[in-house]
Amino acid sequence: MGLAVLPRTLWIGGALTVLFLGAALLSLVWTPYDVTQLDVANKLKGPAGAHWFGTDHFGRDIFSMIMVGARTSIAVALIAVGIGVGLGVPLGLAAAASRGSWLDEIIMRGNDLVFAFPSLVIAILITAVFGASAVNAIIAIGIFNIPVFARVARGAALSLWQREFILAARVAGKGPVRISAEHILPNIANLLIVQGTIQFSLGILAEAGLSYVGLGAQPPLPSWGRMLADSQTMISFAPHLAIAPGLAIVLTVLGLNLMGDGLRDLFDPRLRRART
Amino acid sequence: MTGSILKTIAVSLAALAIGAGGALAAKTEITVGMQLEPPHLDPTSAAAGAIDSVLYSNVFEGLTRFGPDGSVNPGLAKSWEISEDGLSYTFTLQEGVSFHDGTAMDAEDVKYSLDRARAEDSANAQKGLFANIASVDVVDPLTVKVTLTTPTGNFLFNMAWGDAVIVATESIEGIKQTPIGTGAFRFDNWVQGDSITLVRNPDYWGTPAKLDKATFKFISDPTAAFAAMMAEDIDAFSGFPAPENLPQFDADPRFTVLVGSTEGETILSTNNKQPPLDNVKVRQAIAHAIDRRAIIDGAMFGYGTPIGSHFAPHNPAYVDLTGNSAYDPDKAKALLAEAGLADGFKTTLKLPPPSYARRGGEIIAAQLRAVGIETEISNLEWAQWLEQVFRGKDYGLTIVSHTEPMDIGIYGNPEYYFQYDNPKFREIMDELNVTTGGSARTELMQTAQKMISEDYVNGFLFQLAALSVVNAKVVGMWKDAPTQATDLTAVYWAE
Amino acid sequence: MVRFVLGKLVSLIVSLSVASLVIFAVVEIIPGDPAAYMLGINAQEDTVAALRAQLGLDVPKWQRYLDWVGGLLAGDLGASYTYRTPVAEMVGERLWISLPLAVYALVLSTLIAFPAGLLAASRRGSAADVGVMGATQLGVAIPNFWFAMLMVLIFAINLRWVSAGGFPGWESGLLTGLGALTLPAISLALPQAAILTRVMRSALLDTLDEDYVRTARAKGLTWRQVLWRHALRNALIPVLTIIGLQFSFLLAGGIIIEQVFYLPGLGRLIFQAISSRDLIVVESVVMLLVFAVIVVNFLVDIAYAAVDPRLRRR
Repeated sequence: MGLAVLPRTLWIGGALTVLFLGAALLSLVWTPYDVTQLDVANKLKGPAGAHWFGTDHFGRDIFSMIMVGARTSIAVALIAVGIGVGLGVPLGLAAAASRGSWLDEIIMRGNDLVFAFPSLVIAILITAVFGASAVNAIIAIGIFNIPVFARVARGAALSLWQREFILAARVAGKGPVRISAEHILPNIANLLIVQGTIQFSLGILAEAGLSYVGLGAQPPLPSWGRMLADSQTMISFAPHLAIAPGLAIVLTVLGLNLMGDGLRDLFDPRLRRART
Repeated sequence: MTGSILKTIAVSLAALAIGAGGALAAKTEITVGMQLEPPHLDPTSAAAGAIDSVLYSNVFEGLTRFGPDGSVNPGLAKSWEISEDGLSYTFTLQEGVSFHDGTAMDAEDVKYSLDRARAEDSANAQKGLFANIASVDVVDPLTVKVTLTTPTGNFLFNMAWGDAVIVATESIEGIKQTPIGTGAFRFDNWVQGDSITLVRNPDYWGTPAKLDKATFKFISDPTAAFAAMMAEDIDAFSGFPAPENLPQFDADPRFTVLVGSTEGETILSTNNKQPPLDNVKVRQAIAHAIDRRAIIDGAMFGYGTPIGSHFAPHNPAYVDLTGNSAYDPDKAKALLAEAGLADGFKTTLKLPPPSYARRGGEIIAAQLRAVGIETEISNLEWAQWLEQVFRGKDYGLTIVSHTEPMDIGIYGNPEYYFQYDNPKFREIMDELNVTTGGSARTELMQTAQKMISEDYVNGFLFQLAALSVVNAKVVGMWKDAPTQATDLTAVYWAE
Repeated sequence: MVRFVLGKLVSLIVSLSVASLVIFAVVEIIPGDPAAYMLGINAQEDTVAALRAQLGLDVPKWQRYLDWVGGLLAGDLGASYTYRTPVAEMVGERLWISLPLAVYALVLSTLIAFPAGLLAASRRGSAADVGVMGATQLGVAIPNFWFAMLMVLIFAINLRWVSAGGFPGWESGLLTGLGALTLPAISLALPQAAILTRVMRSALLDTLDEDYVRTARAKGLTWRQVLWRHALRNALIPVLTIIGLQFSFLLAGGIIIEQVFYLPGLGRLIFQAISSRDLIVVESVVMLLVFAVIVVNFLVDIAYAAVDPRLRRR
């Protein structure tokens, strides 16, 4: 398949995602200015030559902070997705393999239970218990990813268990664990990737929300949500403080969502035909 | 479909316009914004300053009261006599004072209030104010005699605190929801989460209030406070939370910005028992690494007075000791090297919620990093701060504003969270407690200031400014904040 | 059917019990003492102890748990430590803001999503479709608190059309109340409207592909007639399901928006209660929210099963 066949959404989404991923990676080795260096004399400067996006209330370079903030956001959201996949997928596969059993029932009821909790409130509780930090934000977001992946994995696996090639494997004497790992997992990977992209973008939003209320990554590590919170009282005379981080969030989430849509189209040709 | 949204907005706007009409004649109502809502309305059983901010002097009064400049004036006690030995105070009460429920305020109520505050099961947050009281005796309905265990130079000052107001036996039961006091305003209504309304007390014993009605509106969010003030939804905001917005109010002829002083010494509290902070050289290094100007400019947008010790600059006994800890990063590095920490060290910086602490903390962390001291910042809520820092003493550095008036005595308590243990300082405090002469007291207070400054107990940053925004037509709001209060008894609208 | 309902009922009870345990455990290990918080830094130890006793915090935790659950079963949510008023009363008061706000946001999002979804589906592939879909992508990507901040900047600070927040109370008039809820409702509605539009569009497209719709077309009905008579009605099921889900989300999810507009709603109650360590309020309100979702799920399960017997197995 040539590149030209790729869905347009995948192109745009991929480009935005690569842009922010690149900024995040680059910030590990280089940023225009040191984001821990304060320069109070040069605070609240508007966007100009020396500072592309201007400076914040401590005189820090906002462009550099956006770069490092990308790293914070992406790291938090990505690890949270990892938690969801790492715990949710095995649970979902186990539930599907033991369909209708007490195990299935417990896993699915547990899922419903987690879904029933108001996620943001629980995230706030978790950070209140263990203290506000990037790690605890990851845990708080990650917990709510588990049932999502469990449900997706179970749903997709259930239909596969009816298929003939699985029957064949069973006849060949393979146990449910091996079948799940060798036959089911590879066949639901596409779905998981699409779901992963969606949860990734939701994670970015969740991280922004948590840092906005002061419960995400702690200073001096910049984070987009906290930049927005800090800017709030200055927005009336220095709107640039709120524009850059807000746009960064929007574009990253937009990029991931478009990429997710594109991937879905790519993986599911039937849908694509329906579209065009 | 966009039409429907526009219509909704239009309808809402029309509603707002209707609501705004009818306020043409000289106003006799005021709406005052405040950041924090009181948890309940009993000033004698909680530390929450918000309770006093609404009720002090407006609804509740004590034997003495604070004036706008912090002076101690007669309150419910018209006059008093102090015995030669300084151990007994005989208060003569105002005549014809009644509580808002109509019951009379007399010597029995004073005795009841003071005894309740110092009782075994008292929940008074400032129980220490009453610790020296040996007995309270009713001489006649308008005379009360208070006997002390030791002479207490500050006794009349202590009785002016919001925690020492006079309450009645008859109404104590419901005080948390329906406060009944003797003040110029009566409590009217509390919409929890939103506002508290007071109305004028027509039967007030003293000069009646000029306003008919006062509403305290609780707006915790600084942006919302800014917008509410700009939209003139509120007429004044006492303790405006965002100093960065003040220039905009200043530039607007509709508003007056009041910049006064508070009793809040904002300090970088240091755990004097935690190595390496137990080394005075290290604490001195921190003091020299800090650029107060950058903190005041960056965190408070220029509002605040630098301090060099734990003492309010507006107090006559104040000495300027900022020179002891002048900004000098090179000296800081040298001191660290002398202490054997040429490569710096790592410590914790735990910050409570106010913006002076959060912003100041980021700046201090950067300044300390410049001399090689790494700090791990954690932002705490007040409950966590109290548990970890204040009670648990599990911290290296923290930033907090000590807002109690004349509180240098806390350095005499080795159990206090900075764990400063200096017997010489305690001797000075003991002497101060029994000294009543003006100049002798001044001298002792100055010695105390110098001692903690030279011991570099804490990083002394700045005196918190009292920042209020008031509608330009409102007269009589307090500029300074000698205590937590929003005294509206003399406030009125010019026009 | 009876066995199915009984089974569901058992799992409902188990879920609620587990939830109550989890909530109590999480909330109780939060560091920080409500009494110490209320008395501040000058309080003496004996005063704190006296207050703890007054609040009933000096009894063992397991006993407090049993008291709490016992109270819940009797319909008593307990009394707030800080405000000293019954939690049920506080919740009732806050619901008068959170509930109308959620309904308002839901109405707005439905008003936006229905026409937008219809437009996009009926002109599939057109510029209008692309435009609507692009807008929905933006709608889900914009953090609602940022959108709220921008709206406050424009409508409250610059244009001064509406007040920046706060709630004057319903007693000052229905329109005044709705006016105060308008910006918050729009901020909450935006991402919901985007999601709903997408669901609406794809549900419509799905039904339009169904055989009976083709038959209807073949019978000579116009596009518009088919859309209104058949497709819309059938697309309503997934759309209503999403609306139902969104409602419970909106009720608790307004927590950040309530902060931005300082609305004294349920979300802010929880937030304040957490920071002042008003544990009983946190426990009871969270339990109430969880209870609502679990019970709604239970009812939905039963309703589905009643309609479609195949679902009774699983």
